[in-house]
Amino acid sequence: MRKSRTLDLGTGSFVLLGFAALFFLTTQTTSRGISLASPPHYDLTAKFDNIGDLKVGAPVSMSGVEMGRITKIAFDSKEYKAVVTMRIDARYNQIPTDSDAAIYTQGLLGGKFIGLTAGGAETYLKDKDQIDFTQSAFVLENLIGQVLANFTKSAGGQSDSGKSKADAPAVAEPKPTEKTK
Amino acid sequence: MKLIQELLESLAEALVGLGAVMRFLLRLVAASPRALLRVDLISQQIYNAGALSLVIIMLSGLFVGMVLGLQGFQLLQRFGSEEALGTAATIGLVKELGPVVTALLFAGRAGTALASELGLMRATDQLSAMEMMAVDPIRRVVVPRFLGGVIAMPLLAAIFSVIGIYGAQLVGVQIMGVDSGSFWSQMRGAVSLSDVNEGIVKSSIFGVTCSLIAVYQGYYAVPTAEGVGRATTRTVVTSAVFILFLDYLITAAFL
Repeated sequence: MRKSRTLDLGTGSFVLLGFAALFFLTTQTTSRGISLASPPHYDLTAKFDNIGDLKVGAPVSMSGVEMGRITKIAFDSKEYKAVVTMRIDARYNQIPTDSDAAIYTQGLLGGKFIGLTAGGAETYLKDKDQIDFTQSAFVLENLIGQVLANFTKSAGGQSDSGKSKADAPAVAEPKPTEKTK
Repeated sequence: MKLIQELLESLAEALVGLGAVMRFLLRLVAASPRALLRVDLISQQIYNAGALSLVIIMLSGLFVGMVLGLQGFQLLQRFGSEEALGTAATIGLVKELGPVVTALLFAGRAGTALASELGLMRATDQLSAMEMMAVDPIRRVVVPRFLGGVIAMPLLAAIFSVIGIYGAQLVGVQIMGVDSGSFWSQMRGAVSLSDVNEGIVKSSIFGVTCSLIAVYQGYYAVPTAEGVGRATTRTVVTSAVFILFLDYLITAAFL
């Protein structure tokens, strides 16, 4: 009787462990996970025109030092903007109110992250505050589209001036092509 | 001429073998519903096949994951996308390495134990003795072992994958310095439920294959010491070949 009890215990814990592993695989590696208790922090939000493929959990850094993570991405249907909520470590509580947030890419093919650049204000951002100055994600297709549009436009105007001339207006005046769309 | 004849004969022999295994599988399946009533027997076999294989599975999973972390980091670094390490390691483990390596280890650890146990029962006439007592050895001895293996394999593969992911995380994040948030968030963004599904389907099929080969080899072992030894060897060799062959088929089917 006692032997069969220990045996059952072994079988039971093995099966439990197996199902726990299956549960982990289906929930933790695929969808949003349940985050564990976090250290003291405060939340900031920022509105972006375009966040590219920024994901929840991506780091928020200033001068390359990680200060927090993105906890939520929502959509503001009035302004048609993405609202990104980030959780900043309570240690970094001296971020000026006029700081700006931009979306950068880690490496060439890496994921996106938010980089903060400090402003000059004397007052600091508090919990639930919003960062007003934002810069959208760099979307490669848009840039290629702009360069191409400018290239064909200038190639039509002048006969065959070199590449350097065709490139210059693409960087200098991206606005007009945006309006023609 | 003689060569062709020999070739044809060995081919026919292989076909006969395959047919016999399939017939044996049908017998096992037919006997399963009634054998399922004896939960105690099956639970003991899950313990033998699963719980006793846990240590080797977990250790191997850890090291496979750590190697994936190192190799994946080295490779991804060339493209400047180390953050994709979590995705690469998880997809590799869940879809491929988890089920396959677990099945190979399972064939070596549990399959051989099954084959030699049954072979020895055959050699010492225990199976015939059961038949004399009007106890169906298939239902009493073989099916619980088969079902135990079938149930244990997907669970072992899942444990292997989870430990492997943490192994990759250990090397990638703790040692190589990949950002922990990116590691997990990119993984969650890129790994879909169908990837996990593929792993589960694979390991279930491998479970049936490995257990079937092991009990078949053991049950029909030549009742001598040499025969039991040969049955054990054949279990490992046949299982390994079939696992890798089926792995290709299932992967192709899921594309």
